[in-house]
Amino acid sequence: MKENLYKYILGIADNSLILGQRLGELCGHGPSLETDIACTNISLDLFGQVRSYYQYAAKIIGDGRSEDDIAMLRKEREYVNVLLVEQPNRDFAYTMARQFLFDVYHLLFLNELQKSKDVTLSAIAAKSIKEVSYHQRFSSDWVKRLGDGTEESHQKMQSAIDGLWTYTDELFHQTDIDKIIVSEAIGVDVTQLKETYYNLVSELLQEASLSTPESKWFQKGGKQGIHTEHLGYLLSDLQYMQRTYPNMEW
Amino acid sequence: MTMTEQNIDKELIPILEQVSDPEIPVLSIMEMGVVRTAVIENTLVKVQITPTYSGCPAMDVIGEDIQKALLDAGYQSEIELILSPAWTTDWITPKGRKALEEYGIAAPLDAEADKSVLLEGQKLVKCTNCNSTNTRLVSQFGSTACKAQFQCNDCQEPFDYFKCL
Repeated sequence: MKENLYKYILGIADNSLILGQRLGELCGHGPSLETDIACTNISLDLFGQVRSYYQYAAKIIGDGRSEDDIAMLRKEREYVNVLLVEQPNRDFAYTMARQFLFDVYHLLFLNELQKSKDVTLSAIAAKSIKEVSYHQRFSSDWVKRLGDGTEESHQKMQSAIDGLWTYTDELFHQTDIDKIIVSEAIGVDVTQLKETYYNLVSELLQEASLSTPESKWFQKGGKQGIHTEHLGYLLSDLQYMQRTYPNMEW
Repeated sequence: MTMTEQNIDKELIPILEQVSDPEIPVLSIMEMGVVRTAVIENTLVKVQITPTYSGCPAMDVIGEDIQKALLDAGYQSEIELILSPAWTTDWITPKGRKALEEYGIAAPLDAEADKSVLLEGQKLVKCTNCNSTNTRLVSQFGSTACKAQFQCNDCQEPFDYFKCL
């Protein structure tokens, strides 16, 4: 029972941790000062949310593992984030497209998680919704600006959406643990979010003069710990300090 | 959610008013609405604080500062971080809003106005330098998690706007 809830929480939190790390990579490397600050602010929000989730997960499992152990000391196969969030930054269009495709899902998900029978998860969700609303405004805005911008920006945003599309379907896959936690009225039935998600995304893409990809070939595996090659590199950065200087503290 | 949900012992108020947000030093944590509960139980003060933003790095410092201020006044204390009900900019007191403005940070508008300002670019945010509302949004994200960046079209002053949450 508690093992299931623990794993369920990691399923939510790992998405935010890995996406937060990706955005953090832009610190000092954003295309302009404002976008640099925005990306790292979003990263900070996500890390804040992750901390609440991992603290709760550590409490549930209760075997001495701390929030930091959970964040820093798992192996690649033990991370259960979706493939979408681990995709590298490539260019700014790609970064914003990834953010947008996740934000739309994230907000729908949190709106449901807010109704969870679990009071801690419901509180974290209610808190996070406010922050994620700003993330979605920001990323939607950039998808529109680039999609409806110059010929070059349009082409870059379209190719980013096309390239990332294959990772969207996985957001709505249910694992066996998901099913158990949903049946206990604690978890969110993500299969119910799918239709709304694709409607919202298509609507905005249209507004941005972009076309919605028609491809039906989708990648999956992240929720089972089977990742793209990019996650290993990301983790070697993320975990560097703890691996090199075990138990190091600030 | 109103301020009346707070439960703070009267004699603790002057002590807690001395503690400020390290990122906005003109604002005490009482004016921020960050303290939700502070009660004396025997010799121990139990304090509940709530973060403005989840990732607000100031929360650890605020907790330590509260403990120190209470200790100086002769109280041992216990700090608990709570997430529910989630903090809102509505909890910033009128005095706090005034302090923000004087410090050069435009105070948050209400939720509806905030949306139109940050999303549709309506001109409602007043320049903290010249009071003109002929201002523009530079970025939805600013120097700390709680702020957006604005610039005045009249006097050219760049300034922070405390985002509605």
